[in-house]
Amino acid sequence: MNIVHAKTWLVGTLLFGALACFWGGHLAPYPLFVVCNIGISIVMAVSLNLINGHTGQFSLGHAGFMAVGAYVSAVITNHYNESGPVLAGLEFAAALVAGGFAAAVAGLLVGIPTLRLKGDYLAIVTLGFGEIIRVILQNMDAVGGARGLSVIHGYTNLFWCFALAAITVYVVAGLVQSTYGRGFIAVRDDEIAASAMGISPTRYKVTAFVVGAFFAGLAGGLYAHSTQFLTPNGFGFMTSITYVVMVILGGMGNTAGVILAAILLTLLPEGLRMAADVERLPGVAAVRPLAWLVNTRMILYSLLLILLMLTRPQGLFSFRRQPGKPSLH
Amino acid sequence: MIEFLQQLTNGLALGSILALVALGYTMVYGILRFINFAHGDLFMLGAFAGYYVAPWVARALPLPSLSGALVVLAVSMLVCAIIGLLIERFAYRPLRNQPRLTMLITAIGVSLFLENGGQWLLGAAPKRFPLLLPAWGQWKIAGLTMNSNQCVVILVTTLMLLALRFIVLNTRMGRAMRAVACNPDAAALMGVDTNRVIAFTFALGSALAAAAGVLFAINYPSIDPLMGILPGLKAFVAAVLGGIGNLPGAALGGLIIGITETMVAGYISSTYKDAIAFAVLIIILLVRPSGLLGKRENDKV
Repeated sequence: MNIVHAKTWLVGTLLFGALACFWGGHLAPYPLFVVCNIGISIVMAVSLNLINGHTGQFSLGHAGFMAVGAYVSAVITNHYNESGPVLAGLEFAAALVAGGFAAAVAGLLVGIPTLRLKGDYLAIVTLGFGEIIRVILQNMDAVGGARGLSVIHGYTNLFWCFALAAITVYVVAGLVQSTYGRGFIAVRDDEIAASAMGISPTRYKVTAFVVGAFFAGLAGGLYAHSTQFLTPNGFGFMTSITYVVMVILGGMGNTAGVILAAILLTLLPEGLRMAADVERLPGVAAVRPLAWLVNTRMILYSLLLILLMLTRPQGLFSFRRQPGKPSLH
Repeated sequence: MIEFLQQLTNGLALGSILALVALGYTMVYGILRFINFAHGDLFMLGAFAGYYVAPWVARALPLPSLSGALVVLAVSMLVCAIIGLLIERFAYRPLRNQPRLTMLITAIGVSLFLENGGQWLLGAAPKRFPLLLPAWGQWKIAGLTMNSNQCVVILVTTLMLLALRFIVLNTRMGRAMRAVACNPDAAALMGVDTNRVIAFTFALGSALAAAAGVLFAINYPSIDPLMGILPGLKAFVAAVLGGIGNLPGAALGGLIIGITETMVAGYISSTYKDAIAFAVLIIILLVRPSGLLGKRENDKV
């Protein structure tokens, strides 16, 4: 993605988001929720792609950062009660950014062990951090503990989702394309060669974790004000896995592919759910002919995942073979 | 002091179950360098195999008895070994030459499939695991209470660890396993059938996971299709803690995690016990980045 084009894209998407927001008032709550989820998935997957795809680290704890952002922003908006739309918007933006910064601090804490750990060891440590954040939230009575936290304001709308998705893509793609950002790819391709060239792998790895965590925190804020109810268990290991799957299916380090995978994998379970509700298929006599999908939806999802990996192991949307593919080593 | 020893015994029983699961992770990792995320679900399938086999065994043998329990254990190990072989053959073998991340995602897919398929096929509601062992009661040894189930768990685990040690160190297949773990290409050139060795490793690991599942269900007799997730994760932590790919390390890691967890649950707070396993792991990895018994790998340019 060329930088000049990227700016056009950014402005275009922001305008589209603003327009969609006006139009979105007529949308039923469920499709609106699904579209918002797509935006959140894009923010999560693209920011994870910076850590896993571009920098070649392996993080399994992205949902933990999301949890930090979600809880911090929810506590802030629950505390203040602004009435006007402009003030409320400003407050939401401030809460989102605060959540993002809190998550970035968590990212810094996770980034530090990466100085010494590699591959599977790093994967399990990030997983551990994610789980620790979950258990701590479960034991924090101030935010409801295991009972969960109600979020009063449903600020998230199409505009915020589109805007943040666009900004995330713009920042991550722009960062990696910049002179400074080439260092991420250098660290991924060959750490020793990179440090011989005067690039500090440590700095780049920590930067990747901090930036990735910041955006995951923003996504968490969006999520909190979209579902309006948070439980620590919603940010478990399986949530992290969902985003890792998006990154790998999209092709590691392939931004456009990761966005497509995020859209596809958010729609797939919902699409199967909708298909199950079809009242009548043309040419089929039975009422609700696809009702069996209700129970087998997640089985189909996992089978499709296995099948996709067996048939397109390089990622669903990577058509070029890139030299120096990242590996777990 | 007595309370401490009591917690230690409880931790030992839990830790030996985790050790059995961790061994499966570490064996597969040692040979294929890949984390088999579906391993925790084989633990669950082992418990369910025991649940469905027990009524059949009860027709031939008196059931709450040691012989009956051992037959149930053996049958569910066999069932899971076959399932493990099928998973390896159809999900992992076609991807053998792809990047390891691809296999990792496939393993996650298999794991989701087993969990959701299990919920659909076996029912999501928890089931009561049948009584396999007669309650021989509890013994008080120097103020320490030990129940017979815990003794059986520790005894069976020890026997299995010894058997595994014998297989890996003293048999032809064990030597082949070590050769493939060391260098698959060189082993293949020396006439080792790597496909067979890998399949055997999966069968062996799955059988151990099944045994752990049955032993777990004997102690905590409520089983459901999602029961494998958390023990699986903790066993993975145990394997990494001991140095992944290292068999004694996995057993040691399992015991450490089991004992720490019971200690924390007993002395600090049971709500924090799930996080403690990970906290211990992070601290140990910060000091020894390749695990307690893992070999240090040097970077080569």
